[in-house]
Amino acid sequence: MANYIFFIPLLPLLGFIINGLLGKKMPKSIVGTIGTLTMVLAFSLVVYTFFTSEGQNYHFLYSFIDTPYLKVPFEFLVDPLSITMMLIITGVGTLIHLYSTAYMHEDEGFYRYFAYLNLFVFFMLLLVLGANYVIMFIGWEGVGLCSYLLIGFWFKNQNYNDAAKKAFIVNRVGDLGFLLGMFLLMDATKSNNLDYKEVFGFFKSNSEIVGTGTITAITLLLFIGATGKSAQIPLYTWLPDAMAGPTPVSALIHAATMVTAGIYMIVRSNVLFMLAPDTLLIIAIIGVATALFAATIGLFQNDIKKVLAYSTVSQLGYMFLALGVGAFSSGLFHVMTHAFFKALLFLGAGSVIHAMHHEQDIRVMGGLSKKLPITHLTFLIGTLAIAGIPGFSGFFSKDAILAFVFQSSPVLWGLGVVGAIMTAFYMFRLYFLTFWGKFRGTHEQEHHLHESPLAMTLPLIILAVLSIGGGFLNLGEVFGGSALLDKYLEPVFVVPTNYHAEVHHLSHSTEWILMAVSVGAILAAIIFAYTQYGSGKNVPVADDKISGIQKVIYNKYYVDELYDAVIVKPLYALSTFGHRILDNTIIDGLVNSFGKVVYVSSDYVRRIQTGNTSFYILLMVIGSVVLLAFNLVIK
Amino acid sequence: MDSVIKLIPLNNYIYLSFAIFAIGVLGVLTRRNAIVVFMSIELMLNSVNLLLSAFSAYSGDGAGQVFVFFIMAVAAAEVAVGLAIIVLLFRNTNSVDINVLKRLKW
Amino acid sequence: MLLLTLLFLPLFSAIVLQFLSGELVKKIALFLSLIPLGLSLYMAFNFNCPCMDGQLAFNQPWIESLGVNFNLLLDGTSLLLVLLTTVLTPLIILSSFKHDYENPSRLYALIAAMQFGLLGVFLAHDCFLFYVFWEIALIPVYFICGIYGGEGKEKVTLKFFIYTILGSLFMLVGILYVYSKSKFGADFSYEAIVASGSALSISEQTFVFVMFFLAFAIKMPIFPLHTWQPDTYTVSPTVGTMLLSGIMLKMGVFGAIKWLKHIAPDAFIAYAPYVVVLSVIGIVYASILAIQQSDAKRLVAYSSIAHVGLIAAGVFVNSNLGSEGAVVQMINHGINVVGMFFILDIIERRTKTREIASLGGIINSAPIFAVFFVIIMLGNIALPLTNGFVGEFMLLKSVYDFNVWLGALAGLSVILGAVYTLRTYQRVMLGDSNALTATFPEVTTSEIIVLLVISFLVILLGVFPQVVLQLI
Repeated sequence: MANYIFFIPLLPLLGFIINGLLGKKMPKSIVGTIGTLTMVLAFSLVVYTFFTSEGQNYHFLYSFIDTPYLKVPFEFLVDPLSITMMLIITGVGTLIHLYSTAYMHEDEGFYRYFAYLNLFVFFMLLLVLGANYVIMFIGWEGVGLCSYLLIGFWFKNQNYNDAAKKAFIVNRVGDLGFLLGMFLLMDATKSNNLDYKEVFGFFKSNSEIVGTGTITAITLLLFIGATGKSAQIPLYTWLPDAMAGPTPVSALIHAATMVTAGIYMIVRSNVLFMLAPDTLLIIAIIGVATALFAATIGLFQNDIKKVLAYSTVSQLGYMFLALGVGAFSSGLFHVMTHAFFKALLFLGAGSVIHAMHHEQDIRVMGGLSKKLPITHLTFLIGTLAIAGIPGFSGFFSKDAILAFVFQSSPVLWGLGVVGAIMTAFYMFRLYFLTFWGKFRGTHEQEHHLHESPLAMTLPLIILAVLSIGGGFLNLGEVFGGSALLDKYLEPVFVVPTNYHAEVHHLSHSTEWILMAVSVGAILAAIIFAYTQYGSGKNVPVADDKISGIQKVIYNKYYVDELYDAVIVKPLYALSTFGHRILDNTIIDGLVNSFGKVVYVSSDYVRRIQTGNTSFYILLMVIGSVVLLAFNLVIK
Repeated sequence: MDSVIKLIPLNNYIYLSFAIFAIGVLGVLTRRNAIVVFMSIELMLNSVNLLLSAFSAYSGDGAGQVFVFFIMAVAAAEVAVGLAIIVLLFRNTNSVDINVLKRLKW
Repeated sequence: MLLLTLLFLPLFSAIVLQFLSGELVKKIALFLSLIPLGLSLYMAFNFNCPCMDGQLAFNQPWIESLGVNFNLLLDGTSLLLVLLTTVLTPLIILSSFKHDYENPSRLYALIAAMQFGLLGVFLAHDCFLFYVFWEIALIPVYFICGIYGGEGKEKVTLKFFIYTILGSLFMLVGILYVYSKSKFGADFSYEAIVASGSALSISEQTFVFVMFFLAFAIKMPIFPLHTWQPDTYTVSPTVGTMLLSGIMLKMGVFGAIKWLKHIAPDAFIAYAPYVVVLSVIGIVYASILAIQQSDAKRLVAYSSIAHVGLIAAGVFVNSNLGSEGAVVQMINHGINVVGMFFILDIIERRTKTREIASLGGIINSAPIFAVFFVIIMLGNIALPLTNGFVGEFMLLKSVYDFNVWLGALAGLSVILGAVYTLRTYQRVMLGDSNALTATFPEVTTSEIIVLLVISFLVILLGVFPQVVLQLI
């Protein structure tokens, strides 16, 4: 009975194997069907699990590593947290697979695309299902690989390949942190395994044995891993570049699922993080800094996907802010709603790009609302949701986070609201520039504008419904709801009661006031965006005409250039220096100099062999005399 | 009956044969004519012979004098071979200068 | 007797091959190399079976006056290395099928002779015998590189030969020193040498340690004794490079685990930390140097130094985890590096160049080849569920346990490894084709077989590492 759990990740793996091996020879319709069908089946199994599974269930598959010094069972943990994540992954994943069958239909790498996408889902499911950190790490690196393969999907373009490589390498920086965190964790627990059961059990009962410093170090290292995968400062730079991949990939991997792995990891390790208040503070600060920083960059971007990318970074910042103040389930709530509305926005953007024949610059769009009515409507819903308009899912999750943050620190709350204002502004700027006003592209493009086929619009509609309704899954008490998600997730958290109790100190009237303030500010931002861009006349200028602070922001504060100058260039220089000077000249020179010494000295020694007989005899005589004399002296 | 040899003190033999030996060595070292070098070698051999006979007489042991005969026999053979080499050398190079033969070197 | 058969089969093959000529030589060589493979697989599957009693060891007096025995022993670690040798040799032979080497019977005879020496090193349980095989293994590879090598082979091969033989001679001094100090009379057996070595005072052990260490460190190679290696790997024919990197350098690691650690145990504990530091420096150093290499073969050579540095660090941290990780990683590194060199060989044979900068876009004309490249590349950068991961995880953990900062430093290889590997892959395989790569032919059947076996092993050992781990 329990073994059907294994089919959840194995189904996408099966899809990967079939499509990867045979896909080239199969018609696209079958490839797409296999890819989507495995997802549908996996999703059904997850739903079934959701309704039947209770508490924490461990499912052992086989011994991955089994030595006296290191034990890693290949084991799955099914609990509310992993079920929630699986629902998001397979649910949103199914929709995006469906969407892709139409979006990628013209692409010659169709089967490759579906194989990668299925493989990604497999690794993502491993990540959330694993019952120990090593399995999580396997999924963690595996999704990184798939992200690499999919960003560089159009491998003829070396810029895309650069983006893919950058994503993988930056992620690896974080992975090293994760790896060291695991090592330290094993050290601290004096254990030969990293099973959640054991680790969390240890820290629940023996946390005082391990010093606070150690726990802080462990959690910080894990958090470094999270900053890599979830694109937080200072490792966020790969995510905007990752938009080089096909748009559905951006929706699935770089918005809805993979980038939330960092949040999942911290939520999963909440036992540890609750013991490390310093780390939580750092997470909160990094989170809010990222949220603001990315939002400011988003203000001036003109590439439809870049805007969404920075908004993703910014929204992830919000999630970390939530984790930093201990609002784990609110963070996860935002993961969920964000998965809905950001997947919706990306897929909407994909629909626009599809219609515009791979044009991504919003300066040449405009007036698309009439030609793409479904895309327009669903995109609007997504925009309203991300902006945090009451009634839409983003509002509820963002509000829940901000309420917790206010509890913890009003300053952070203020910054969070500022971020929300910017979000509302740039999202509506994007919306107005794309869908309102007059079409600014070429006639040919205008001629070809068309609404996308059903396979693409159906996911949009479903996601739009979820973007509206998703918020009601965890309707807070202030709205008369019963916080279903919080309740469902409660067994996962070590000390949920403390934090929930604290928040109840916040009276409902205060909460309403906070909400009113943020909603008012957001509405003002939207109105401002409308006055600026609603008419469609005020189009952002070309790249070379901007100046001043705007130019700095448009160029992403030159952070990439900074990293390039501080890390990449010196590394290359060091490599060249090391090769030419250190290795070839100094070390190998030293080795060769041994040979040279022998060679040169032999050149001198051989001159004794003059060939002159009398000289040899002279030497012989001298030798005999010396020997005799020596003999005398010794005596 | 004491040997005639004993009429002269042993030291004198030693001095004489040392002198002859030294003359032989110097001859070998300094002269370039192969025949002279050859004669110098003979000098050295004979100085040793002289010393051997002297010590043999003074110590009353005949073995030394037997050695002398051996050396003389070997020297005679050596002269035969050596002179043959020199003759060949002369035929090939029209000279008996040993410095011509220094090609065996680095 | 099984062991003896296993050991002498390659020698027999070498002699047979030497007297053959004609087109069939390649196939006969391949066939002959499959026999030891079958035999060693049979032994591996029955390793714990009672029917193998008495088959896993062989002992026969050889030079009695010196106390030399022809003593062979197959334990878990040597079984793995024997398997590595017997698995890789057919692959290496198969990988050379597309080459037209002059006098192929000589080449294949040399490869078989090499296998004989390598098996001897891994099986020898007598110090004298170990040394004999240690030197035997060097001679064929010297000729393979010296006869079939590329430009500048004379100079490079001579340097390689002198460098390694210098190390071996140091080891000989060490062996004789321990032997002469033995309290058991004339006895070269492993037990006697180990007992005699460990009874020495710490200063004597230091001497012995240094002597043995030089031999092993040059072979591995450990920084800064590595400079023969990139040149040799680059100049050698691919079969030579594969033999050297895939199997021969494991001799050094194996020697350190089986001999050095036990002959001079006190000195090992005292000086191993310095070696760990050197190894970790070597990891970072070689990884950084690999980034800017223009010659692909040289790049893999440097990456190999980095990988072996980690293995060496695992050995010298002197923990169980480290030793296990080192053995696992030896196997995995052997498989991966042979795969990498084979891939470069395929590219070089078709484009006549190894310059990374002049390649690119190969994936457009050879997608199947690209798939294999990716799989082997992933093994090389230790992605989970490929074979590189488990070993790297265990080794990094053991170094980390030894010293936190060294562990973190060694961990940089995780990042740097991705940097140079992905850079190479991108610049060689991706992008638009150029004139050189536009007509790149897809891999042929014999190439696919080799790549398939290697990729299969990469994934098998990555998903089920217990296959290897249970034998240690």
